[in-house]
Amino acid sequence: MSTPFYVSPQQAMADRAEYARKGIARGRSLVVLQYTDGIVFVGENPSRALHKFSEIYDRIGFAAAGKYNEYENLRIGGVRYADLRGYTYDRDDVTARGLANVYAQTLGTIFSSAGEKPYEVELVVAEVGSDPEGDQIYRLPHDGSIVDEHGSVAVGGNAEQISSFLDQRHRDGMSLAEALKLAVQALSRDTNGTEREIPAERLEVAVLDRTRPQQRKFKRIVGRQLSRLLEADNAAAAKTDEPSDEAPEE
Amino acid sequence: MEANPRSTGRLPAAFLTPGSSSFMDFLADHSPELLPGNRKLPEGIVEAPHGTTIVAATFPGGVVLAGDRRATMGNMIAQRDIEKVFPADEYSAVGIAGTAGLAVEMVKLFQLELEHFEKVEGATLSLEGKANRLSTMIRGNLGMAMQGLAVVPLFAGWDEGKEKGRIFSYDVTGGRSEEHGFAATGSGSIFARGSMKKLYRADLTEEQATTLVVQALYDAADDDSATGGPDMARRIFPIVTVITDEGFRRLTEAESSGLARSVTERRLEQPDGPRAALL
Repeated sequence: MSTPFYVSPQQAMADRAEYARKGIARGRSLVVLQYTDGIVFVGENPSRALHKFSEIYDRIGFAAAGKYNEYENLRIGGVRYADLRGYTYDRDDVTARGLANVYAQTLGTIFSSAGEKPYEVELVVAEVGSDPEGDQIYRLPHDGSIVDEHGSVAVGGNAEQISSFLDQRHRDGMSLAEALKLAVQALSRDTNGTEREIPAERLEVAVLDRTRPQQRKFKRIVGRQLSRLLEADNAAAAKTDEPSDEAPEE
Repeated sequence: MEANPRSTGRLPAAFLTPGSSSFMDFLADHSPELLPGNRKLPEGIVEAPHGTTIVAATFPGGVVLAGDRRATMGNMIAQRDIEKVFPADEYSAVGIAGTAGLAVEMVKLFQLELEHFEKVEGATLSLEGKANRLSTMIRGNLGMAMQGLAVVPLFAGWDEGKEKGRIFSYDVTGGRSEEHGFAATGSGSIFARGSMKKLYRADLTEEQATTLVVQALYDAADDDSATGGPDMARRIFPIVTVITDEGFRRLTEAESSGLARSVTERRLEQPDGPRAALL
């Protein structure tokens, strides 16, 4: 009978983190941005049916990068959590903070329990407020930590590069078309710095729109509406791009 | 009951088990005590407020569903301004007659059931599917119904496949039947149905259909003490909702009061309402 090799706890955790990070990096990146009327989710997704973004509750949206079956499981768990909480108490008592906490606990427990393989997912939970100050965006990495984000966030393979690109260019009070354009620009930059075109059919876009009269603020933007938004901004950008490069608006 | 029953705060296994898209199935699995049908019934009879009359009628392009505002307890008026017609989702509505407390809970769970399915599956249930879910819920309430706490709803919605408005009525055992043209439930339903029988035509416009249901509610209130008529003094008017291919819409206070006023005004001259031809 052989005795197992000794592996230091540090090494064991580092290996698990490495494993999870590699899994997440295989997936395409996605970005979540604040704009003046809410929060927009943008990602490259060749599938029409398998979504990366979805509605959790009235004001709460969910985005995930990584392994589909794992984040789909977490998504359904989140919907069940939110619906149960809203049913037991009141619809107003379901918050992104509460949901992010539950996700963090779940991911953290799975990450540090030796019997389970770590989840190869990175989540974003966002809640739209009644004004931009009330918006909340939480990023949940694979290890169970929570990062409270402002303005913009990227998760997935090329996340670091995309985040820094977004951080430099994102500003408060952007219109939906502007935010969408920035998101697409950020996503179309490859790791080696070259740009490629992402056609509208390969984009998955959803918003949490605080101006929506319905109680449920989540809405997918597809088809004609999406191409109109993309075009509207290209036309506007063609006119304003050159001067604004020299004198950045403030 | 809460998501974090144990110290870890992690989502319990039931939350992460793939399978059902039904919120009720999930409740049955995780917190069965929250399901109305799973409660133990104590002996005896209680008196609780009862909602009364709900009426519905189809027209080319949609369906209207309306209800009076009265809840009674024995021969006492328990509430004058109760709301008994609710949107179930964007394309359907449910109106309830019977024990008000249980009915409101049933509607809340039904709305959640439809919303939950929509979020999990990314697609809405068919109208028949929705009607069947409601059947199951009423059947779950049979024990209560046998103690006099029955809930009997009327379900109406826009069928996107068939492109028309449809009405489903129920009995206490959950038996479901589709109604063609018009339907009514609750204590005043006999009179409302009689009224609509004489006034209904298949080619009504949306506006005529809303007038029809207000007439029917007036007739129900005329002959059934448990149904409330339009209350001019307190400005309490029937709730009238319309469902078309554009979705659910509840008539505004101004619209429904306008309808109720014009019906009442005509009744000052003809107390029995419009007369149908004899032959």
